Amino acid sequence: MRPEHPPELPLAVHDLTVAYHRKPVLWDVELNIPEGTLSGIVGPNGAGKSTLLKACLELIPKTSGEVLIYGKPYADQRDLIAYVPQRESVDWDFPVSALDVVTMGTYRKLGWFKRITRPQRQQALEALEKVGIGHLAKRQISQLSGGQQQRVFLARALVQEAEIYFMDEPFSAVDAATEQAIIELLQELNAQGKTVLCVHHDLATVSRYFDYLVLLNMRVVASGPTSETFTRENLQKTYGGKLNLLDDVAQALKNVGHP
Amino acid sequence: MTWELLRETLLLEQHNTRLPVLGVAFLGATAGLVGSFLLLRKQSLLGDALSHATLPGIGIAFAVMSIMGFSGKNLPGLLVGATITGLLGVLLVLAIRKTTRLKDDAAMGIVLSVFFGLGVAILKMVERIPGQSAAGLDGFIYGKTASMVWSDFILITVILVVTTAVTIAILKELTLLCFDASFASVQGWPTLWLDIILMALVTSVTVVGLQAVGLILIIAFLITPPTAARFWTNRLGWMLLLSATIGAISGWLGVSISALYSNLPAGAIIVISAAIIFLFSMIFGTARGVLPRYLRHLQLKRKVGRQHLLRSTYEILENSQKNKPLKNLPISMELLRKHRFWSKGELLTLIRQARSEDHIERQPSGELRLSESGFGEASRITRNHRLWELYLIKYADIAPSHVDRDADMVEHLLGAEIVHQLEAELDLSKPTIDSPHTIEPTELGLQSEPTT
Repeated sequence: MRPEHPPELPLAVHDLTVAYHRKPVLWDVELNIPEGTLSGIVGPNGAGKSTLLKACLELIPKTSGEVLIYGKPYADQRDLIAYVPQRESVDWDFPVSALDVVTMGTYRKLGWFKRITRPQRQQALEALEKVGIGHLAKRQISQLSGGQQQRVFLARALVQEAEIYFMDEPFSAVDAATEQAIIELLQELNAQGKTVLCVHHDLATVSRYFDYLVLLNMRVVASGPTSETFTRENLQKTYGGKLNLLDDVAQALKNVGHP
Repeated sequence: MTWELLRETLLLEQHNTRLPVLGVAFLGATAGLVGSFLLLRKQSLLGDALSHATLPGIGIAFAVMSIMGFSGKNLPGLLVGATITGLLGVLLVLAIRKTTRLKDDAAMGIVLSVFFGLGVAILKMVERIPGQSAAGLDGFIYGKTASMVWSDFILITVILVVTTAVTIAILKELTLLCFDASFASVQGWPTLWLDIILMALVTSVTVVGLQAVGLILIIAFLITPPTAARFWTNRLGWMLLLSATIGAISGWLGVSISALYSNLPAGAIIVISAAIIFLFSMIFGTARGVLPRYLRHLQLKRKVGRQHLLRSTYEILENSQKNKPLKNLPISMELLRKHRFWSKGELLTLIRQARSEDHIERQPSGELRLSESGFGEASRITRNHRLWELYLIKYADIAPSHVDRDADMVEHLLGAEIVHQLEAELDLSKPTIDSPHTIEPTELGLQSEPTT
């Protein structure tokens, strides 16, 4: 047990390096996410935000390093984890309904060879109602709007009844109403003591949405409570050189402390 | 007497074709089922590489069995050989994919052609093995409806039953794998093994189908039925069922026809049968067929045109009258044309439609007048249009001068529920925003679209 990564942390990353075709995408990432936080991972395009999530979930191989979920390797803690991939990662033309997709969240508990029955469908329907689209349960998924598709993914994560939620850009390309619905839901999960970790790209909403922040640009530039971490200096270090983003940054700084 | 013969073949009354017809129909059902997942996993080309890679195995198995003193054409032996090199081909594709930066299609193209070339060469070489006749081995390339003997039939049936049973047992797991493999992996499903199982299922269908359909065309037997089925349904369960049925029908028809004309390769006729069903599905498929889609589009276009005509008439009435309530007066064609820049032909078509729906009447003077129902409809449409405009101005930050066009696109799709929401959202009692038009309070009580 490493003293700098105590086992009560929902997520601890030690010395993580990830490379694609020998080109490093993440360098020596050291990270502790405290329990019960609503955490955001923020950084410029290509900073490795999604890669960090995927490496934690062992979807891509680590070059080196270690990821601990409550002090244990990820493989032993799958039951505690729910994952919301990027919406573009699947083919929405797939011949299934919204309810079918949400039901997939129950498959792990169901186990091999078992058929889907009423309790699973009921659970899925409740989750769909919770994200506000219970009336679209029977709709084929290609006939849903982008925001509704995102809600379907969220509902699928909800039925997993996890402790830690890994979300990859849940707010990307959704309508304002969906964004609001999602953040309310995340806050509700948070209030129940769950830990939520979101890859996020909109600096303007960072201080309003997240109480814990990871600034990432191939390495962790800064991490800590948003009020301490979301500073001009840190943002410059993270986004440095990307001039077109300076306006965003200035705007975002104005919002600090004014939710 | 070919018709009589065809009927007897199809109905399994012909003694010597009964087994192949039954066997291939069953093969088709299994291919349709397994092929659905191959298609949904987007691995069709890998299936093609697999089937081509079976050819060297057939040649080698023949040689090995001949040299060991057995009959070189022992079917189980040949199929084992086919399986081994088929899987080798797939493994090679995966290895190329993993170790080089070659794209998938290049890797598969290379493996497919190299293995096939190797197979052709090996077949030529084994022809020279003394004491054995390799004639007929090339039947595996295009498929032939050989007179199937009982032992072959039993072997094929057993393999197909096992394949179908395994597929049905892991339906849920395969669905998850095909839809979202990374989610499956996070949930702890062994996605690599699921992929391997899927490829094993495809392999067994391919190998069993080699004799009847041939290795070049077996991929069509795997892929055509599910693509055809997809045109009819958006639900996976139905798609699987339909795909299996289409596969069975094309196998049944194909083998029956080719059995009657000994020079027709079975594989070709089977694939042509499947293609005809595919073509029919593509055109008429209720879920995504071309024709139903075109008809829906036409219907929408008609609806949009009708709504534009009624709204324009209503707006002209509004512009020409100062007093409320609005009176339904006749207006001239010219005025209407200028209002929206319609060509004469377009306008006449629209008017013909509106008259057939009893929304517009032609006066003896040649002028047009809204019917009573048309007037109510026009008022409702105009109101919806303006509600939507107002919403855009208020919430989407669109300049009032630009809003008319944007509102135009969407208003036709507004259902009763959305209109109620808009009304609630906009709170019409407080006229705080500039609208390019006026909005009547619900004077006619006709604000929402009648459910159709």
